[in-house]
Amino acid sequence: MDFNLTRDQKMIRDVVRDFAEQEIAPRATEIDRTGTFPLDIINKMSEMDLMGLPFPEEYGGAGADYVSYCLAVEEISRACGSTGLTYEAHISLGCMPIYLFGTQEQKKKYLTMLCRGECVGAFGLTEPEAGSDAGGTKTTAELDGDEWVINGSKCFITNASYAKFVTITAVTDKTRGRKGISAIIVPTDAPGFTIRSSYEKMGLHGSNTTELFFDNVRVPRENLVGNLNEGFKQFLKVLDGGRVAIAAMAVGIAQACLDASLKYAHQRVQFGRSISKFQAIQFKLADMAVNIELARLMYLKAAWLKDNGQPYSKEAAIAKLFASEMATRAALDAIQIHGGYGYMKEFPVERYLRDAKLLEIGEGTSEVQRLVIARQIGC
Amino acid sequence: MNIVVCLKQTFDTEAKITLDAGGKIERKGVSLIMNPYDEFAVEEALRLKEKDGGEVTVISVGESSAQDALRQALAMGADKAILVDPGEAELDEYATATILAKAISGLEYDIILGGFRAIDDGSAQVAGRVAEILNVPVVNVVTKLEVEGGKAVATREIEGGSELVEVALPAVFTAQKGLNEPRYPSMKGIMKAKKKPMQKMTLGDLGLEGQVAAKVKALSYSLPEPRKAGKIIPGEAAEAARELAKLLREEAKVI
Repeated sequence: MDFNLTRDQKMIRDVVRDFAEQEIAPRATEIDRTGTFPLDIINKMSEMDLMGLPFPEEYGGAGADYVSYCLAVEEISRACGSTGLTYEAHISLGCMPIYLFGTQEQKKKYLTMLCRGECVGAFGLTEPEAGSDAGGTKTTAELDGDEWVINGSKCFITNASYAKFVTITAVTDKTRGRKGISAIIVPTDAPGFTIRSSYEKMGLHGSNTTELFFDNVRVPRENLVGNLNEGFKQFLKVLDGGRVAIAAMAVGIAQACLDASLKYAHQRVQFGRSISKFQAIQFKLADMAVNIELARLMYLKAAWLKDNGQPYSKEAAIAKLFASEMATRAALDAIQIHGGYGYMKEFPVERYLRDAKLLEIGEGTSEVQRLVIARQIGC
Repeated sequence: MNIVVCLKQTFDTEAKITLDAGGKIERKGVSLIMNPYDEFAVEEALRLKEKDGGEVTVISVGESSAQDALRQALAMGADKAILVDPGEAELDEYATATILAKAISGLEYDIILGGFRAIDDGSAQVAGRVAEILNVPVVNVVTKLEVEGGKAVATREIEGGSELVEVALPAVFTAQKGLNEPRYPSMKGIMKAKKKPMQKMTLGDLGLEGQVAAKVKALSYSLPEPRKAGKIIPGEAAEAARELAKLLREEAKVI
């Protein structure tokens, strides 16, 4: 048993923390208020090879492990949830399907572009009628000669406005239910492909959330990712990895809640002493610290299992469930500790709440995580 | 162009300094970083290398934890690192410079760089002493450095302005803030750093075993007085301002 990070992991965490504190955190309020996509930050992250962090060098990646990637997600999310989600979706959803299931040619062509940060990665899974029930996918892809003809729509798709292509799931065999779904790479400039970004969201305002519309979109047959009709199996694997990273993101936001609350509690004086001296405040801070520590250990364990080629579906679901729910609680407590000021936009904690809440929903709701865990323990 | 950068691992700038029971500076639980002025030196070395080619060697005298600072320099792009472990030897600026100079004398160098001072003890002596021992010129507090054809033109900060100097190489330069903006180590750089050579030496390896000892001895350390709570002057602005001016003059004695 060894709880130490490796030297590489530690240095990656420290460098990303330093970068996030210097370059991202000062921009977070403005990104939230204006809803500006942090493209300039993403470009700086590309220069540091963060956009391909856990992928092999032959595809332009940095060759680090999944633990390192999750540590980076935590640090970036601690500074800015919107930037954290942009990064997480790029790696976990944009790059990962191609890395895990793509052909050598697809990896060379698409994964390399993503790792180099030439564009941001996106994954089109959710549909208006297919959320937790991803088997309910309605978008279709039919072969016409050597081309797929795609029709349908997707919703809540992260990053697509800044993507050059989106990996989407579509029904390729209507008679086989979930075993008739495939993943296909669709260039965003393909005729008939429309991307709309007009959601008004509660939080994560700088993250680009889109709807995708396909009207007889034609792509070459070789854009199929992996084997035909294996899309369902593939995205379950993709989501497993994503959940670990979402847990890391939740830990980052919760840590930001604790940082802000601790600072405020020391400064704020009531009844002649700093409120950090009051047990009512101390207990909230202690609970926050406890939950953060536990959630961090859990995502690190899940990521470690993944790095070591061991099964980690259950651990990923546990990490995501616990971390996302505790992050929302941490944000609520952070607001409570800040009192009236916490309710004001002048302080960052109301943003943390709005950003954290999504993590109980995206990449599998808390309810789905409980289902996954229940099945894994033998229900 | 062969460039050697002397660097030191120091306390994090945000570290809280405390004294241990024996009155020494408590090192436990403090996060350590590369001395920020040395980071300017490393960055400058990398820029010179990127422009004219060559090799950048980073060197430090310190215990094994100092490897982290060296590794950071390797991750930024330096080619190799040397760590000299002083063992039980007590160090002062003289001793450190003697060790560094001995180690550097075994290397080929055109330029030696270092921060103009370390943020911990702040003595600003070591680089100058190294130059003296190696018998090469030193230009300190440099904010701009241009190298061409065996000589360097450096801009130095002087009181109230700057000075442009020319010096033949090899020479020692010490970096001041403003020289450059150090890069973040890239992720690929971090992953490659562990494959780069990190040579570990002892004083014995340098033939200095029992030969160096501090000439200056620290007798005691003390912490500054804790900051007193601020004072709020109540009342109307004009009246409060009058009171403030009075207190600043009579109590704080700053005006």
